[in-house]
Amino acid sequence: MNFLPPDLAPAYPEIFLLVMVCVVLLADLVAGEKRRYLAYLLAQAALLGCALITFFTLAPGTTYTFSGMFVDDAMADTLKLLTYVTVSMVLVYSRDYIAVRGMFNGEFFSLTLFATLGMMVMISASHFLTLYLGLELLSLSLYAMVALRRDSVAATEAAMKYFVLGALASGFLLYGMSMVYGATGVLNIAQVAEMIQKVIQGGVIDDYAILVVGLVFIVAGISFKLSAAPFHMWAPDVYQGAPTAVVLFIGSAPKLAAFGFVMRLLVEGMGSMAADWQGMLIILAVMSMIIGNLAAIAQTNIKRMLAYSTISHMGFMLLGIVSADGNGYSSSMFYMVVYVLMTLGIFGMIMLLSREGFEAEKIDDFKGLNRRNPWYAFITLLLMFSLAGVPPLVGFYAKLAVLQAVLNAGYVWLAVVAVLFSLVGAFYYLRIIKLMYFDEPESDAPILPSGDVKLLISANGLAVLAFGLFPQALMALCAYAIQQST
Amino acid sequence: MSSGFPLLSLIIWLPILAGVAVLATGGDRNAQMARYLALAGSLAGLLVALPLYSGFDPLLGSMQFVEHHPWIERFNIHYHLGVDGIAMPLILLNCFTTPLVVLAGWQVISNRVSQYMGAFLIMSGIVNGVFSSLDAILFYVFWEASLIPMFLIVGIWGGPNRVYAAIKFFLYTLLGSLLMLVAFIYLYTTSGGSFAILDYHKLPLPLAPQILIFIAFLLAFAVKVPMWPVHTWLPDAHVEAPTGGSVVLAAILLKLGGYGFLRFSLPIVPDASQYLSGMMITLSLVAVVYIGLVALVQADMKKLIAYSSVSHMGFVTLGFFLFNAYGVEGAMVQMVSHGFISAAMFLCVGVMYDRLHSRQIADYGGVANKMPVFAAFFMLFAMANSGLPGTSGFVGEFMVIMGAMQVNFWYAFLAATTLIFGAAYTLWMYKRVVFGAVANPAVEALQDINRREILILAILAAAVLWMGVYPLPLTEVMHTTVDELLAHVARGKL
Repeated sequence: MNFLPPDLAPAYPEIFLLVMVCVVLLADLVAGEKRRYLAYLLAQAALLGCALITFFTLAPGTTYTFSGMFVDDAMADTLKLLTYVTVSMVLVYSRDYIAVRGMFNGEFFSLTLFATLGMMVMISASHFLTLYLGLELLSLSLYAMVALRRDSVAATEAAMKYFVLGALASGFLLYGMSMVYGATGVLNIAQVAEMIQKVIQGGVIDDYAILVVGLVFIVAGISFKLSAAPFHMWAPDVYQGAPTAVVLFIGSAPKLAAFGFVMRLLVEGMGSMAADWQGMLIILAVMSMIIGNLAAIAQTNIKRMLAYSTISHMGFMLLGIVSADGNGYSSSMFYMVVYVLMTLGIFGMIMLLSREGFEAEKIDDFKGLNRRNPWYAFITLLLMFSLAGVPPLVGFYAKLAVLQAVLNAGYVWLAVVAVLFSLVGAFYYLRIIKLMYFDEPESDAPILPSGDVKLLISANGLAVLAFGLFPQALMALCAYAIQQST
Repeated sequence: MSSGFPLLSLIIWLPILAGVAVLATGGDRNAQMARYLALAGSLAGLLVALPLYSGFDPLLGSMQFVEHHPWIERFNIHYHLGVDGIAMPLILLNCFTTPLVVLAGWQVISNRVSQYMGAFLIMSGIVNGVFSSLDAILFYVFWEASLIPMFLIVGIWGGPNRVYAAIKFFLYTLLGSLLMLVAFIYLYTTSGGSFAILDYHKLPLPLAPQILIFIAFLLAFAVKVPMWPVHTWLPDAHVEAPTGGSVVLAAILLKLGGYGFLRFSLPIVPDASQYLSGMMITLSLVAVVYIGLVALVQADMKKLIAYSSVSHMGFVTLGFFLFNAYGVEGAMVQMVSHGFISAAMFLCVGVMYDRLHSRQIADYGGVANKMPVFAAFFMLFAMANSGLPGTSGFVGEFMVIMGAMQVNFWYAFLAATTLIFGAAYTLWMYKRVVFGAVANPAVEALQDINRREILILAILAAAVLWMGVYPLPLTEVMHTTVDELLAHVARGKL
């Protein structure tokens, strides 16, 4: 038998990262208690290295490797680069927070990097098994991260819930995939797409029914991972219970990977069944917007509130996919990127307000921030108005792009529903602004972040404004990534 | 006339940059610096706006001072600015009001001064942007952005119930504008991918979608104007807002709604506008008559003036939907004049509130004995508010009533009742507050207005009288634009 070694080039970033994870683990072991900083620096270096590799191996067109199980295309490159930036920002924001809470050790960084590796595999998967592999690598790392503070009851409970429901979702997904495999006999995404086409053209009714059943399970699995209603139950508990640094991570980068996941499965794999999944996604999107926005109003814990806000944003993002054309996908991608940017900022701010022995978890902890520090209040104001979708902040263009795609696809009523519920959403974001600006502070503890955190959070907030004034570049990037890949 | 110089951009961005500079002065230690910087910035804003009038060609129907650059190519959105005879006077009104607001808050605001002054300057620039945008999304961005500073102004420096008022103000206006956004995107799709407002003017549309678009626009603009029955946020916001906030709200922000009707509703959906004009006229008359009666019974001066604003703005919407030159031009004059008069009225109440910390009519009485200069100014503005000939308040109302007469006697009759009700509520309030014996010891201790306050009120008094006696400089710049607009509406799109 003739053995040909696979072309490793498209997977260089993944390979590099894997090596680096091992280096981080070993270095941490050797460095000992005193030099924990090493792990942090190595993790950042690993991300930088990945970014450089991805950047310098950018190539037009699509390359497959590992017998078509792994793909490198414009969408993968874009999402990966964004993921590196996001994870790197997460590490900066988290550093001080985890340091005072006894989590500043090799495990945190190696788990983060493992999860990042999982995301990269998901993004680049062109085979159901690769996709699943990446997803599980990501999920298992996240379960462990949530439970990282093993003496915290809330965190352990959150981890348990996350694990049980996540495992259930993975089961759904696998079951759906097995149905599709049963109907088509293949697992490679491109081949699956071809076979579905044949099934449709051949008019084989039985096979098509099986495909639809499989699709239902796949969509259910996806919405678990996206935390779209009615599969959202885990999100509020995990957001509330897990350490904020971990929530920041869960809420940011994996959303980018989840977007890639949706694109690979639904669009590339089962794009010819769009008529079927559109209906399902509409229900998910509308339910998410309703439940997310209404439930968020009642929350007094800011992390829980943001969990519901995430649910509603995921609903909005799904609307772009509902329109089922390149325009819609790129608007969804833009929405996701913008969402991640805003999430980073707001959780970064929560960690900034927390200090040793104090978690800024209640929305009341934002009271009078304008008195305590007008600059951070202003940054939070930008983030909140952006989340609410008020121009001239970037959150508005994200909503604009999605609404345009939805109206273009002819769903006027859906656009009106989306708009009305974003009005409801505006209320709870405004409440945070109200607390910051109109109320008197409850504590006057000084806010003393490290220099780089100060810089990054300012840049993060101002980016929301800058991308709002000049959204063209980011929009064009998303449009390019989608256009090249579909 | 379109020169290469980006005058409109300057008019928009100069106040915004000045506002940022004022914010940068930081805490209240540098309050005095913030004040002077804000005054300089607002005066500079007024100064750069003057060439807009001198360089404006009143015989030209098209947009002037046009600037056009691509902005977001992905959606064919442009940074497209330009003014016509409708937008130009409103920009001048806005630039004129800002220095007055800065002066009005000079001593009263001692808390977070830089943020207060900065917010007003930034809002001034944003509002200029609203009036000069020729791209729907650019317009929408400025339109919504103007909510943010106002929300903060009401919420931070407002009265006891400020939080409720601020949130109500924000959500009410946001509801209206979001549906307008949907209408824009719909128009974008039907027009084959354009957000240019002037393209929408030419876009043929059947009646059914026209009506839906009209309703979406109506919600946005009616809330802003505000028309009956969506006016309820206004009294709340006015009562709680600090004086400067009330002035800007009444003088400027309400005009955004009126401007929206002229720039969007009438030209984009002319047939729906005519089809629904009966409803619009009815709503306007209800505002004029019913809200006039409501104003009569108010015990709070600011609330009374707020209701009087709603009633006067009813004239504006009435004028628009009469579809004749008297009506539309009268409505425009009314908008500008209301800008002066309501600003002056709120400032007068502010002057008294600063001294006595009460807005209740019952707490006053005999103010004329202690503040004769102030009483004289207040008298003039009260007369203008009730539409006395010789003041600007008369010109607009008279023109609209003439326009209404051409359409239907009863419209004119009902509209004319405002001359009675307006006089009744304003002068009755004036009588109770200013005349009579000194009612209580607090009034006894009142000091007359200082030079700064005299300056502000004198400027406004001059404006009110000048427009009342010689409104030609205002009406001549809008003639051509209004004529073209009416011809366009009469042609229709069907």
